[in-house]
Amino acid sequence: MNLITALARFLIFPGLLFAIPAAWFFLWVERKAVALMQGRVGPPFMQPFFDFIKLLGKTTPPRTGIAGLLMRLWPLLAVSAAAGAVGLLPVLPSSGGFEGDLILLLALLELPSMCIIAAGFSSRSIFGEIGSAREAVLSVSYNVVFLLAIVSIAASQHTFRLEALAHLPASPLQILGVVAILFCLPAKLHLNPFSLPNAEQEIYSGPMTEYAGPELAMWELSHGLEWVAATGLVATLAAPHFTTWWLAALVFIAISFGVVLLLSIVASATARLQIDTTVRFYWQCTLIFAVLAISSALFMRFRS
Amino acid sequence: MNLWNKLMCHSRRCSPWIFHMNSGSCNGCDIELVASLTPRYDAEQLGVRLEGSPRHADILCITGPVTRNAVGAIQTVYGQVCGPKAVVAIGSCPATTNVFIDSRTLDGPLAKHIPVDVFVPGCPPRPDAIIQGIAKAAEILADRAAKRLPVESVMVPLAEPNCACECAQPCKSAPTAAASKANP
Repeated sequence: MNLITALARFLIFPGLLFAIPAAWFFLWVERKAVALMQGRVGPPFMQPFFDFIKLLGKTTPPRTGIAGLLMRLWPLLAVSAAAGAVGLLPVLPSSGGFEGDLILLLALLELPSMCIIAAGFSSRSIFGEIGSAREAVLSVSYNVVFLLAIVSIAASQHTFRLEALAHLPASPLQILGVVAILFCLPAKLHLNPFSLPNAEQEIYSGPMTEYAGPELAMWELSHGLEWVAATGLVATLAAPHFTTWWLAALVFIAISFGVVLLLSIVASATARLQIDTTVRFYWQCTLIFAVLAISSALFMRFRS
Repeated sequence: MNLWNKLMCHSRRCSPWIFHMNSGSCNGCDIELVASLTPRYDAEQLGVRLEGSPRHADILCITGPVTRNAVGAIQTVYGQVCGPKAVVAIGSCPATTNVFIDSRTLDGPLAKHIPVDVFVPGCPPRPDAIIQGIAKAAEILADRAAKRLPVESVMVPLAEPNCACECAQPCKSAPTAAASKANP
C-alpha cells in the first residue's frame, strides 16, 4: 500500500469524506428507527448534523490544569481512532492493506471505549465514574467474545490481513463469527439492552455528564464513526467479493445500513439489563459462539 | 451575516436540547412535559431531546413555584447550562407562584432569581403549549446568540398564551399576570 492509496482511503473512501456524513446518517437512522418503533414520527433527516453544528457553537466550562487538558484530549483521540478504523476497512477491491492491519483495526476500534473510560474518571463526576466503571466491566465481557470471533476467522485463513479475510468464500465458520460479532455490537455501541454506561434514567449521561459544547460534539461524532466502523467490519466480513468497485461500495453501504437498522430495532424492542445479567450473558451464553468458532477454526487449520 | 453564522442560527433553532428542573412543583407540569415527548405529541420532530445533564442542554425548563430550598439549586443549574441558553417557565407556578402566593416557604416567582425567556401559563399547561414554548425559546436563543445580545435584555413572555391548542383551557388570570410581571 503506497502513501497515496493510504491517504485516499483515509481521507475519501471509506475514510473521512464518506465516514462523517455516514456517521450522521447512521445516527439519524438509529433515532428514526426507534421513533418509528414507538409509533412516533421522529427527528428530521438533518438532525444529527444540526446537533453537531449547534454543539460546536456552544461555550465550554473553563477547565484548568492537567485534568482539563486530558478532558479536552479524550474526545479528539476517540474521534481520530474511530476515523482511522473506518479508513482501514478494505471496501474497494485491490485496495491494498498490509500484513497485520486487522490487529491495528481492532486496536483502533477499542480505543474510543478506552477514551470513554478515561474521560469519565478524569471528569471526577460521580455519574461519570459509575459510567466508566460500567463501561470497563462491559468492555471486559464483550471483548472476549468479539476478539475470539475475529481471531477464529483470521486463524482459519492463516492471516491477519483484512483484505484476505474480506475475500473469504462463505463458510459456516464465517457465519458463526459474524453472528458472534453481531451479538457484541450493541454493547460496543452502548445500545439497549446493554446501554449501561450511558443509562440516562439512572446515571444521567454517564461518562459524558461533564462534557459540553465542542467536546460533546466530538463525542457524538466519535460515536457515529464507531457505528460506521463496527457495522463496516461486519459488512466487509459478510459481503461477497466483487471486482467492480462501485458494486463493492454499494453492497458495503447496503449491509452496513441493514446492520444499523437491525441493531436499532433490537434496541427499541428491549429494555436495559442489569450489569450482572449483562456480564453473565456474555460470559455464559455468547461465549458458546466464540468457543465453537475458535474450535472449528483450529479444526480447519489442522485439516488444511 | 455570513453563511456559517446563518447555519449556526438555523442549527440552534432546530436542535433545542432541554433540561428539566422541578423547583417544588406538584408534579402536574412535570408529567405534561414528559407527555410532550411521548408518541402522541412527539417533540423530537422539532429536534427536542431531554438531556440528563444541564451541561448538554440549551433550554432550561423549570416547573414549580420556587421553594426556598430550590433557589440555590436553580442558580447552580442555571450556571451549569453552557451559553447560549434560554429558560422556559412551565406552568403558572414559576410565573406567579399561583395558588401558593404569600406562602412563607416560597421565594418565588422564578423571574426574581434568573432571567426567564418564555412563560408557558396553565395549571398544568397542555403538552402542545409546552412544545410551542420550547420552540419559541429556541428561536429567542438563536436570535439572541446571532445578535450577541446579553441574556438579561430579552424577556419575552409567550405572545398568545392559549393559542397553542384550541381546546386548551388555561386559567385566564395567570398569563396576564405573568406577562405584566415579566415585562413591566
